[in-house]
Amino acid sequence: MLTKEDTHKELFTMGHTGCSGCAQSMAVKLILEVLGKNTIATTATGCLEVFSTRYPESSWRIPWIHSLFENSAAVASGIEAALKITGRKNGTTVLAQGGDGGTADIGLQALSGMFERGHDVLYVCYDNGAYMNTGYQRSGLTPFDAYTTTSPSGKQSFGNSRPKKYMPQIAMAHRIPYTAVASAGYPVDLQKKIKKAASITGPKYVQIDVPCTPGWKYEPRYSVKIARLAVQTGLYPLFEAEYDKIISVKKISKKVPVEEYLKLQGRFKHLFKDEAGRMEIEKIQKIADENIVKFGLL
Amino acid sequence: MDFDFKIGIIALPGAALANKTGSFANEVPVFKQKTCTGCNLCIYYCPEGVVYGDKKTKIYNFDADYCKGCGICAEECPVDDIEMVLVEK
Amino acid sequence: MKKVLEGSMAISESVRIAEPRVISAYPITPQTHIVEHLSQMVADGNLKAEFVMVESEHTAASVCLGASACGVRSYTSTASQGLLYMSEVIYNIAGMRLPVVITIANRAVSAPINIWNDMQDSMALRDAGAIQLYAENNQEAYDMHIQAYKIAENKDVMLPVMVCVDGFVLTHTFEVVETIDEVERVREYLPPLNMEYKLDVDNPYSFGTLGEPSVYMESRFNLANAVNNSKKVIVSAAQEYKDMFGKFHGALIDTYKTDDAETIIVAMGSILGTIKDVVDELRESGKKIGVLKVRSFRPFPEEEIVAALEDAGNVIVIEKAISLGKGGILSQEIRDVLYKHRINSINVNGYVLGLGGRDITPKNIIDLIEKAKTDENMDGEFFGLNSFIEQGNISNIGD
Repeated sequence: MLTKEDTHKELFTMGHTGCSGCAQSMAVKLILEVLGKNTIATTATGCLEVFSTRYPESSWRIPWIHSLFENSAAVASGIEAALKITGRKNGTTVLAQGGDGGTADIGLQALSGMFERGHDVLYVCYDNGAYMNTGYQRSGLTPFDAYTTTSPSGKQSFGNSRPKKYMPQIAMAHRIPYTAVASAGYPVDLQKKIKKAASITGPKYVQIDVPCTPGWKYEPRYSVKIARLAVQTGLYPLFEAEYDKIISVKKISKKVPVEEYLKLQGRFKHLFKDEAGRMEIEKIQKIADENIVKFGLL
Repeated sequence: MDFDFKIGIIALPGAALANKTGSFANEVPVFKQKTCTGCNLCIYYCPEGVVYGDKKTKIYNFDADYCKGCGICAEECPVDDIEMVLVEK
Repeated sequence: MKKVLEGSMAISESVRIAEPRVISAYPITPQTHIVEHLSQMVADGNLKAEFVMVESEHTAASVCLGASACGVRSYTSTASQGLLYMSEVIYNIAGMRLPVVITIANRAVSAPINIWNDMQDSMALRDAGAIQLYAENNQEAYDMHIQAYKIAENKDVMLPVMVCVDGFVLTHTFEVVETIDEVERVREYLPPLNMEYKLDVDNPYSFGTLGEPSVYMESRFNLANAVNNSKKVIVSAAQEYKDMFGKFHGALIDTYKTDDAETIIVAMGSILGTIKDVVDELRESGKKIGVLKVRSFRPFPEEEIVAALEDAGNVIVIEKAISLGKGGILSQEIRDVLYKHRINSINVNGYVLGLGGRDITPKNIIDLIEKAKTDENMDGEFFGLNSFIEQGNISNIGD
């Protein structure tokens, strides 16, 4: 039983100014439910930081710090070092958070350093596939053919011309003890992965697919549906890895064609206009099919 | 004379509760309580954490002070027991 | 105990006895010896600290920021491009009011790349909200680091302190330095860091919040006040240090033979030694000349500088930095405070010397004093340019 009073005591409280239907805020809520209050969190500059801590307000009931865009993993390294040397670790989880830009683009160096030095830090990347806080600009994790304001579609363009960077594999290449990919569409799976990550000492990386209603241009009610379709099409494979070996994948019961996923989102609208767009959708289907084979999703 | 910030403008835990985001909502959920199975998915999926209730009694409700009316609970309800209705403003 | 120590060794000894618990650094010449010594101390068990050897200066400063936010004494050191790379973080540390101490082994900035000494690196960070102190010699560099923590951690200050030490000139030269042997006495001077607000699971505050237009200016107003108000703490830290350890190198400023001086030379850092030698020599021949050492550049000791200079007729500012497109930095600030105090009878000549490790010889200084007699209000004029290059023969240099 959960009462209204209970909901007001959540470690990530309501009252933040995230968009209606924001999957990132859903993921944060789910993560803190698992980690509990013995957690210290850092957050890179981005939506989460802006919508959760407009002074004097804060949605956090755990010690929390935002410093800059690219140093979330570095600040977390310092926190972990400080707790360790002063004997204050006591099972505290150090949680570092960032968006896809703060993680895979501008923050990649600091993240790589944190992994390589072996800090006991859980890094969570909320992947919404673009710089949403600044108004939907392309990042290294923007998917192929997605419209963003800096990879627009037009007479000469189908949107983002490059495939999404394989960030989880970059994490795995550091041979950290645990890497996982999760989705706001699968909250039980997400919480299970966070729980496992928290039980392991050393650097951990969890990347979560978090649909963004204004950036992906869909009705807020579809946040979970779209996240689930990303998995069911094979476009966003969910898996776990220990060191550089994949140890589990979330199987998909029945392959869903990528159109089902793409057609719900305004960022792919330009692919549904003509024959040329049709051929682009086939390319995206090919990405999904390759994932299904590569990860053994079926 | 300094302004009265905690040094480095530090915010108090959970102070965001002061911000009633219910004003964002154009629609709000109605829990019809006809076919509910008590699966709790509406609680899980709510991005704001404003849905509460009891698995056993299958009675659920939401906090209108904070609900932004996204409609995920209604969309995801596996037994179609939640309906979104327009807010009268 | 008196020892012959390399500057870097003196600095690392000083840092060791101040007992930071987190040290993070990235190698850059001429800072490397400092962090090498410190990492050896940790490896030998002579310093109980986490030494976090990171992948960049940006991260080094960020690690210190995170550790300091946990209420743990932190230290980093850098120079030149490394300082410019971590500059974003230094602004952030200051805005978040965290007492990190940073040694700057002052070095030129690129391009062209040059590893030798000047002060263009730290001077570029003068508006970051960090306190900036400049050491004259290795003894002062030693004493200044212990004082730096005392100043940084004062509850009315709570700011990062940059201890600026001339690269190579001090960091790589051996001098006699008297060190403090009893850690207990240092602990008495510098009690353990006790921050009112820190990252703590029992008191879960949010740090680094978004300051909207309604609060941003007020938070910067508080920061500006903190930097200004640190003046009295810098003075008391120097005084208490003198009382306990017998060493004093000036507080915000120091003066040398200025009482009856008609001409006063103003400078910062290691060049002061050479200038004082020249002044001694000129005094013997009856010249009324003295020296003003600026020890704290931020906060800028306005009242003290005006009091020291107001009776002089001529002021010569020698500096190893320049504000490109304007001129001297120290000289324009000195001219500004004199003007502010309605003193417009002093001829302030500012010269830029010693960039990128160019030697500043006693003869240079004597020549400069001679030249200043007929100059008027020079604003960062380059002095000591290589006449060989000036004559257009630069293409022969590589032959």
